Amino acid sequence: MAFNWFKYSSPQTFFPLAEKLALGFGAAALLACAAGLYIGFFVAPTDAQQGEAYRIIFIHVPAAWMSMFLYIVMACWAGLGLVFNTRLSGMMASAIAPTGALFTFLALWTGSLWGKPTWGTWWVWDARLTSELILLFLYFGFMALQAAIDDPRRADKAGAVLALVGAVNIPIIYFSVKWWNTLHQGASVSFTKAPTMAATMFAGMIVMALGFWFYSIAVALLRARCIMLERERTADWAIQYSRGIA
Amino acid sequence: MNWGSLENFLAMGGYGFYVWGSYLVTFGLLIVELTLLAQRKRRLLGQLRARAGVEREGA
Repeated sequence: MAFNWFKYSSPQTFFPLAEKLALGFGAAALLACAAGLYIGFFVAPTDAQQGEAYRIIFIHVPAAWMSMFLYIVMACWAGLGLVFNTRLSGMMASAIAPTGALFTFLALWTGSLWGKPTWGTWWVWDARLTSELILLFLYFGFMALQAAIDDPRRADKAGAVLALVGAVNIPIIYFSVKWWNTLHQGASVSFTKAPTMAATMFAGMIVMALGFWFYSIAVALLRARCIMLERERTADWAIQYSRGIA
Repeated sequence: MNWGSLENFLAMGGYGFYVWGSYLVTFGLLIVELTLLAQRKRRLLGQLRARAGVEREGA
């Protein structure tokens, strides 16, 4: 049986599906965040070295993961848009950027509030922190570039090139703690060895990361719906939708 | 993890400012993002309906 993968690449067919998906992922995000907060504050023990300050980890690490992961997903959509020239790809890339920027800011913000009590400083210009700051500027650059170009299809193409070139920063962030001497601690969790932390701490972090992940999917889909309505505002389906919901 | 009292929980072993400063800003901004999106959609639908109304009258 043949499945037409491009069926949902048209905004008109994706629009109603996106709302159903967003509601499902939104509910899952709420559940996962509630469970993650419960584990983080009521199950995970006090850290022997850092006391209670370490509890920032339950949002700092998931936010930092999301900041990098969302960039990769954004660059993939942008690349797909360049290759297949589908309208939806560019819309998805644009829909992800603000949420990616938000999680990048949150990774920096929570990192700063964690750095002060543990390192004695809000900020240092070391490799991990600086490359994460560059990631924030890449998101801003992507959004500013798209906002500066009136024709959405041309904005998508220009943004896609920037997103793909900027993707080189992602491995730099990830490996920065290995490649350079940095104040930032090494990865507590990696693909190759067992996590160097208590099982309940690890569980809290993973559940919270799932929550942020579901949240990002839900919000990106909701924003994609807004972008679809904006770009297709003269299309019959958009006008009919606006009447039907009144 | 048993905190004993609400005061202990809020104090976070003396790190309350850093811990709550992280959590409140994080979840606060997520709620701001959702609110802005809801406003954007409401505004868009209003514009679309207005345009549809104008076209009907013009026809």
